Amino acid sequence: MAIARIEQTPKAPAAAPPPSAPAARRRRRGDFQRKEQRAARAFALPAIVLLLVFVIGPAVVSLAMSFTNARLISPTAPEFIGLDNFRRAFTEDDLFHQSIGNTFLFAALVVPIQGGLGLVLALLVDQKLPGRNFFRTVYFLPVITSMVVISLLWRFLYQEDGLVNSALSMLTAGAYAGRAWLSDPSTAMGAIVVMSVWQGVGFHMIIWLAGLQTIPEEVYEAGELDGTTPWQRFRHITLPLLKPTFVFVLITITIAAMSLFVQVDIMTDGGPLGSTSTIVYQIVQKGFQQQQIGYAAALSLVFFCVVLAMALLQRRLTREKD
Amino acid sequence: MTAATMKSRTPARRRWLYAPMTLLAAFFLFPIVFMLAASLKTDHQIFADMDSLKAFLPVGDVSFANYAAVFERVPFWRFLANSVLVTACVTGLGLVVNSMCGYALARMRWRGRAVVFGFIIATLILPFDTTIVPMVYLVANLPWIGFEGLRPVLEIGWLNTYHVQIIPFIVNAFAIFLFAQYFSSLPKGLEEAAAMDGAGWLRTYWRIIVPLSKPVFATVLILTIVTSPATWNAYLWPLMTVQSEELRPVMVGVQYFFQLDTDWGEVMAYISMITIPMVAVFIAFQRSFIRSIASAGMKD
Repeated sequence: MAIARIEQTPKAPAAAPPPSAPAARRRRRGDFQRKEQRAARAFALPAIVLLLVFVIGPAVVSLAMSFTNARLISPTAPEFIGLDNFRRAFTEDDLFHQSIGNTFLFAALVVPIQGGLGLVLALLVDQKLPGRNFFRTVYFLPVITSMVVISLLWRFLYQEDGLVNSALSMLTAGAYAGRAWLSDPSTAMGAIVVMSVWQGVGFHMIIWLAGLQTIPEEVYEAGELDGTTPWQRFRHITLPLLKPTFVFVLITITIAAMSLFVQVDIMTDGGPLGSTSTIVYQIVQKGFQQQQIGYAAALSLVFFCVVLAMALLQRRLTREKD
Repeated sequence: MTAATMKSRTPARRRWLYAPMTLLAAFFLFPIVFMLAASLKTDHQIFADMDSLKAFLPVGDVSFANYAAVFERVPFWRFLANSVLVTACVTGLGLVVNSMCGYALARMRWRGRAVVFGFIIATLILPFDTTIVPMVYLVANLPWIGFEGLRPVLEIGWLNTYHVQIIPFIVNAFAIFLFAQYFSSLPKGLEEAAAMDGAGWLRTYWRIIVPLSKPVFATVLILTIVTSPATWNAYLWPLMTVQSEELRPVMVGVQYFFQLDTDWGEVMAYISMITIPMVAVFIAFQRSFIRSIASAGMKD
C-alpha cells in the first residue's frame, strides 16, 4: 500500500497553466502542499509501521506481560498477577540482586577504563607520525571482529594452560603460577572486563579522534606562544573542548556496558557461583531458557528504567558543569 | 598550520611514542595472530607451543586439516550464504526505508512530523536486548502469506524463516536520525528547483538527494554491518528464532564445535573463516570505516 502511494504522489501536474493570475498561483501552491503532505506520509510510512510493530510493539507487549504469569509456550492463557513479578524480583530472587551488582561493577570498571584508554589511543594516533594509519587500523581491528568470535577466543586464552598464563609466567620468569581465570569467582569478572575493553576501545578511539580533530590548530599555537607546557595545553585546552565527545562516549559505553550479555553467555554461563551473571543474562535465562516470559518482561522493565535513569543522570551531571 | 609549528612538531622529537604504540599494537594483535596460527595446528601442537613465541607462528605440525574438518562438521557454504543474504537484505532495505523516512522528517512539511520525530528519538534509548524475549513471542504469532506451489496460504508464526531474521531489523532509529541530520544540511531550494522542472517527490529524492548524500549512505551501511544485532554478527536472535540448520547464519555455527568433543584447532579454523571476510572488507574500505564511525560520534 505504501509503495502504491509513493508511486502516484510524486507525479507533478503534467501541463501546469502559466502562473499569471494570483489566484492560479495560490491554487498551485495549495496543490503543491497537499502533494507534499501525501508524499511525506508515504515516505515515512514504512519506517513508522516497522517501528510500531518491532520496536514499540515488543516494548508494549513486554510492559503488559510484566504483570502476568505468561509463559513462552503454554496451553493456558496468561493471568494477571499484579505486581507479583516485581515483588519476586526485588525480595526473593537473590541471583537477580547479584546480577544487578555485577552489572554495575562491570559498568563501573569498563566505562573509565575503555573511555580513558580510548582517549590515550586517540592522542597517540593523532600525532603526525608516519605510520599512524597502520596503528589506527590495528587498534580498530577487534571492533570489526564479532563478539562471539572474540569471546570464544579469549575463553581459550584464559584457560589454565592458556596463553594468558604462559605469557604471565614468561614475563615473571616462572614466578607466577597459572590460574583458570574464568573458573574463579574472584577473577572471572575482571577477565571479562579486560576482554571487553580490548574489543570495544577502538570504536571509542575513533570517536575521541574525531573530537580532537575538531579543535583548530590555532588554539594550540596560541597556547604555545603563551609558553604553556604540553600537559597544561592538554588540561586547559584539549579536555574542555572535548566535552561534547566526552558526553557521547560516556553515555554510549554505559549503555553498552549495562547490556553485557554475549561475553557471559559464551565464556562463563553466568558462573562461577553467579559471579558473572548480569541483568540481561538473567532476562534471557528466565525468559527463554526457563520460558517464564512474564517474569522476564518484569526484569526487562526494571532494566529499562535503570538504563534510562543512568542516561538521564549522566546527561544532567555533564550539563550542570557548564 | 604555519611553517613554524610544522618545525616545532617534527616527528623526530616524538619518535619515542613508537614504543608505547608498538606495545599497544601487540596487545591488540596477539589474540588474532594466535587464532590464525592455531587454526593451522593440531591440538597437540597448539598446547606444545603455548609457552613460547611459537604460539604466534605457523610452525611445527602445520596443515589445512582443521579447515577441511570444518567442512565436515558444518555446512559452511550454506551458513555463509545465509549470512550474506540476511546482511544484504537488512542493510539494503534499511538504507531505503530509513533514508526515505529521514528525508520526510528533514525536508518536507507535513502534519505529524514533530510527533513522529520525537517518537523516533525516544526509541533510540530502548536497548534491543530488553525486548528480545517479547519479540520472540510476537514474531511467533505474526501472520505471513506463504506459498504452496503457486497457491497463497496464510501461515501463523515467523519462526524458522529468513524473514524473521530480516524484517524486524530493517528500521533503525539511529540511521533515520543520521539521514535526517545529513539531509537538512543540504542546500535549501533543491526541491523547488526540481518541482519547476516537473519532477515529483520520489524522482527528486532519487535523482537529486541520493546522489548528493553518498557519504551518509556509506556511514549507515558500515554502521549497520558493524553494530547491528542482525547482520554479520547476528547470534542471539537467530539462536532463538531459527532452529533449522539450512537457515542458520555463521555465528550460530560456532555451537556445532562444542557438541561432544571440542577440537580447538577446528574452532580456531572456523572462527578464522568467519572473521577473515569482515577483516578483508574493513582493510579494503578502511578510510570509509573510520570516517563513518567518527561521524556517528559527531551527532551532538
